[in-house]
Parts: sequence; C-alpha cells; structure tokens
Amino acid sequence: MAVIRFGNSPFFRNPWAEFDRVRREFDSLIRGLDQYRERTTATVFPSLNISEDAGNIYVQAEVPGLDAGDLNIAVEGDTLTISGERRVCPEAEEEKISYHRRELESGSFNRAVTMPCRIEVEKVQAKAANGLLLITLPKAAEAKPRQIEVVGG
Amino acid sequence: MTEKEMQVKQKQEVQKSGEPTKPDKYFVPAVDIYETREAVTLLAEMPGVSKDGVEIGLEEDTLTIKGTRGDYAIPGDKVLLQEFESGHYYRNFNLAETIDREAISAKMTAGILTLVLPKMAPAKPRRIEVKG
Repeated sequence: MAVIRFGNSPFFRNPWAEFDRVRREFDSLIRGLDQYRERTTATVFPSLNISEDAGNIYVQAEVPGLDAGDLNIAVEGDTLTISGERRVCPEAEEEKISYHRRELESGSFNRAVTMPCRIEVEKVQAKAANGLLLITLPKAAEAKPRQIEVVGG
Repeated sequence: MTEKEMQVKQKQEVQKSGEPTKPDKYFVPAVDIYETREAVTLLAEMPGVSKDGVEIGLEEDTLTIKGTRGDYAIPGDKVLLQEFESGHYYRNFNLAETIDREAISAKMTAGILTLVLPKMAPAKPRRIEVKG
C-alpha cells in the first residue's frame, strides 16, 4: 500500500504516522503467530520422527493399514525413500453400502529424506508392526563420534 | 484410480471436560463408518496399538473405542525431527441402529481396527391363532 508522506516538518504533522504504527504492529503480530509453531509439519505422507544416538539413526513413521509387504523402503547413498500404496476398501463387496463417515484415505505415497550423515547401507533394518514403521540406519564408521585421547604434556 | 496421493493429516487431541489424572495424550482416530443391510462396520486408524490395547464399549446407544498405544520409545536418543506426536486414541459415537450385541466382532491388524456391528434382526412375524 502506497504511503504518501506530506512532509515531516512540525508544521505538517505526518497524518499517516498512526497508520504506519498500526501496520507495523500487525506485521509483528503475524510474524509472532508463525513462530508459535515449534514443530515442523510434514507436507508429504508419511509423517516422520527422526532421532539418533551414537551409533544409529532411527526413523519412525505411522503407517496404519500397511504391512511389511505394502511398504517399499529404499536406501541410496544417504537418502532414504519410503513409498507404497494403501487401499482401504470394504471387506465384502455388497451392492448397497452407505457411508456415514469417510475419513480414511487410500492412495499412493512416496517420500524421500536425506540423512544428516553417512550411513552403512548394508546394515539398514526396517520393521513394521501394528501400523508403525521403525527403520534403523547404522551410521557409517567415519560418522560415528570418535573419542580423541588427550595426552598430558 | 490409484493415482491419488495420500495427504498428511494432523492429529487432533480429544477435547475432554475435566482433567484426567494421568498426563497421557488422547487423540481422535480417523474412522470410516459404513452400513450395509446386515451390519454397521467401523474402521478406525490407531497405529501403535496392538490387539491387546483395544477397548470397545457399548452402553445403551453409545459406542466407545479406546486404543492404548504400546511403548515404542528408543532409550537414549536425541530427536532430530518430530512431525507427529504419539499418544493413545479415544472416540465415541451415538448409534442410531439397534445392534445385536452378542454378534459384535472386532479385528485389529496393522493398526487398523475393524469393528462389525450386526444390526438386530427385525422381530419375526408370528401368526397368532384365534380360537373361537
């Protein structure tokens, strides 16, 4: 919005000063709301929780309705790709089905995430149970923290 | 038909009146409810809940499903990215149909609860003899 200043001399008091102030306060208010979200939200299914300890990186995902056979986990370099397809359909194919609520989704998904350090591709393990997927990625030897001995001099 | 991509859904917490004694979080599970001529079927998404963690209650005409999530925490880890919260699940519904309670069946696989509630068969017509 264009602001036309009539001049800052005390003779003409800036009539837009109040508007400016209000606009600045709204700006900082909107910015403040944005920072309120501490947790990053995913935009691609599935949502992941990634954590690490000294030797491994752990990736957890909630994948209800998917067993080990429906999931496709691939590791290339330091990128982990989780993909697959979920189909939720009624058990019996009856002619007359009326839905009261439909909140479950079917469809395909594909998500790739890069690990923060190099991993040993050969030793990656994935386990799916009760709709939870846990992937354990051991860190490559050079990525593990190495204690360096301090020699007294 | 399967070109559709799945969307991420945020979990919603259950709005309960009063405060529970335990600090556990309860989320609302996504459900599919559909009805055929014989039964009402309910599918609920409760990842992390095993068969033993499911509690189903039917009182009067209120159906309550509760899922207790197992403990999957990894000891001694440091969080790098957290996109979803973990917790238990709770949801209740008012049923419009009369249900045959004896024949309710439930199945829990891969985090999805399938609950089949057969509708009560209508009373069979009875011929009444009129004695004259």
